[in-house]
Amino acid sequence: MQLTEQHKTYWRKNLTITSILLVIWFVVTFVMAFFARELATINFFGWPLSFYMAAQGSLIIYVCIIGFYALYMRKLDVEHGVDEGANE
Amino acid sequence: MRTFKQELTRYYSFYTLGFVTFVVILGIAEQMGVPRLYLGYAFLAATILLYAGIGIMSRTLDVAEYYVAGRKVPALFNGMATGADWMSAASFISMAGGLYLQGFDGLAFIMGWTGGYCLVALFLAPYLRKFGQFTIPDFLGARYGGNVVRSIGILAAIIVSFVYVVAQIFGVGLITSRFTGLAFEIGVFVGLLGILVCSFLGGMKAVTWTQVAQYIILIVAYMIPVVWLSVKETGNPIPQIAYGSVMPQIAELEKKLVADPKEQEVRKILADNAKTAGEKLKAGAEKSFNADKADLQAKLVELNAAPTPDGAAIQAAEKKIASFAKDTKAYEAQLKGQVAAPGAAGRVNPAIPHGTPFVGVGKTDEDKQKSSNNKRNNFLALVFCLMVGTAALPHILMRYYTTPSVQEARVSVFWSLFFIFLLYFTAPALAVLVKFDIFTNVVGKAFADLPQWVTAWQAVDKALLSITDINKDGIVQLAEIVIGQDIIVLATPEIAGLPYVISGLVAAGGLAAALSTADGLLLTMANALSHDLYYKMINPDASTARRITISKILLLFVAIIAAYVTSLKPGDILFLVGAAFSLAASAFFPALVLGIFWKRANKPAAILGMLIGLGVTMYYMLRTYPFFTNMGVPKMDLWFAILPIGSGIFGVAAGFTVMIIVSLVTKAPAQDVQDLIEHVRYPSIKGDKMNTAGAYT
Repeated sequence: MQLTEQHKTYWRKNLTITSILLVIWFVVTFVMAFFARELATINFFGWPLSFYMAAQGSLIIYVCIIGFYALYMRKLDVEHGVDEGANE
Repeated sequence: MRTFKQELTRYYSFYTLGFVTFVVILGIAEQMGVPRLYLGYAFLAATILLYAGIGIMSRTLDVAEYYVAGRKVPALFNGMATGADWMSAASFISMAGGLYLQGFDGLAFIMGWTGGYCLVALFLAPYLRKFGQFTIPDFLGARYGGNVVRSIGILAAIIVSFVYVVAQIFGVGLITSRFTGLAFEIGVFVGLLGILVCSFLGGMKAVTWTQVAQYIILIVAYMIPVVWLSVKETGNPIPQIAYGSVMPQIAELEKKLVADPKEQEVRKILADNAKTAGEKLKAGAEKSFNADKADLQAKLVELNAAPTPDGAAIQAAEKKIASFAKDTKAYEAQLKGQVAAPGAAGRVNPAIPHGTPFVGVGKTDEDKQKSSNNKRNNFLALVFCLMVGTAALPHILMRYYTTPSVQEARVSVFWSLFFIFLLYFTAPALAVLVKFDIFTNVVGKAFADLPQWVTAWQAVDKALLSITDINKDGIVQLAEIVIGQDIIVLATPEIAGLPYVISGLVAAGGLAAALSTADGLLLTMANALSHDLYYKMINPDASTARRITISKILLLFVAIIAAYVTSLKPGDILFLVGAAFSLAASAFFPALVLGIFWKRANKPAAILGMLIGLGVTMYYMLRTYPFFTNMGVPKMDLWFAILPIGSGIFGVAAGFTVMIIVSLVTKAPAQDVQDLIEHVRYPSIKGDKMNTAGAYT
């Protein structure tokens, strides 16, 4: 099988978006939890901020990360002609 | 003509409607005076028959249908099935209770069990779907070549799934016995029947459609009581928003309870008891046992010898002797129980403030800081293990083989997390609302006028809830309440003032959660043995009928062994679950991710990486977990003070390091493997020799 320039661009873009989303995931999860004690002093609509992030906020962001990835990749597939049905 | 998806939507809408009608009818029956036990039976029988019915309707002899549900499960429905597959008895019944007891620190489970899906979506699901075989060992075998890697994959899949399935069957037994009055061991086997009828007849196809049905039951059962409780406490029907207004009130109440003299008195009594018990233990259990017993008997003799014997006092003394520990062993256990006050909250110390992260304990500020840092590190390690473990559990990854396309697999991860999110997003709210109810309606009340649910649950099981008047003032203090984590979800309907039929519904939801997870796990084990071991390695010429028959026999076999092991009641559920995640993470994650993203990763690296990763995790657990060290395994110091439940962090690190080093010092993989990697990276490629519909020929 022969990979074209377009294939390589597709994979590079996929790696870029994967890394960006992974960094967001990492910050939301581990950086926020690491500084939980410091963030607990901030009040967020009644919750201490770190509690809200661990209990609700991070979950909402996780759902968004996955939803965004699915939409972005669908577009990327079509733009680079690797979507299912394009090569049949 | 309707599409398959519309058809499914129609079926499941009717089904949901039917189920709601069923609950309403039972509710009417309850009002008419039908006894509670019958309602329990009705729920158990109806749901198990329902799952069996779906199993029979989906029976199949087709290999693709049996192993991957024919690869035509739409993203939305695969999401629901994954949700049910994923949410186990631990999530449904114990998690909210864990949050109640541990406050912020318990949130590691909430984050860990959801955030892992980001890794599934970004690293695995679309690529595994493109590869499109039947099992996870399939992928490892094809990517790294040869039967050695496949065998390690089979072994790891079986260890992980077995540990996890034991925890599930345990949950099934617990719920069945609690709501029907059957013995635990019988409950285990009744529940097992419910699991088997479905997976046995139709494999993945039957399991998928049953899991969708189970998801609907479990989410309805979880939501109704919480919404009701939220309305009762705050007047707002959206618990996830409403509990924000309760948080500051809880913090206020907690401050008051710490300073309350009555609370301090109770904590002091508990601390003194613990201290004397500790001294007695130090003096030697046998010596103290004999001394205590002699004391009691001497007192009785003294009372009897008094000029005017006091009848009541004599009776009390006799009662004390009768209830005294039978032998040294029971006595020792009793003392140990007093030293470590029951309830994870440690009632000797003031309750942990619910919203405060990593509360340090210790005498000096330095000690406190150190213990707080340790808690933080353990929190991070646990979150890491749960997340990476999520992205490595074979029964979950297998589900993404069942979607019709790569794009559907991506969307399906979104729906999976969305449906899981609905429950996980609610659990912290439930914990806070129940805590608020207990702070306001139980603590500070006289023993005589406690709410009805408190008395009812105390009678059911002392381990779930027991309140003793330690300082004899007739008023309940927070430190006098011992609460087991499972009660939070189970008692919520009664706390919220709902009829018993909703309690039955909650039990049915818990059962659905445990059964669906057990289904997925048993199928994973049977498939690893029948497909990977038998068909791929022992007898590649086997006919499809023979493969399916063998798979069914193995399923039965594995299920019976698992039920047998469960009936022996090994270890505690939370540890079993944690162990499954750490083991899965260290065995599979490095090999799977590097296999897709790094062409250089090769066979010797995979073999060593998987074995060493798994080995490190197992070694750490064996040497540090009390269950094993009490059995005679020499104990060792913790590494970086990380508790055994977070052991996967060492295994994953070891797995990645070994794989990278070994790959770099050995030969790069052959061209056909490189081609396979290109193949899985693109949803479709022009001129690709491999089949995009699934099979790799």
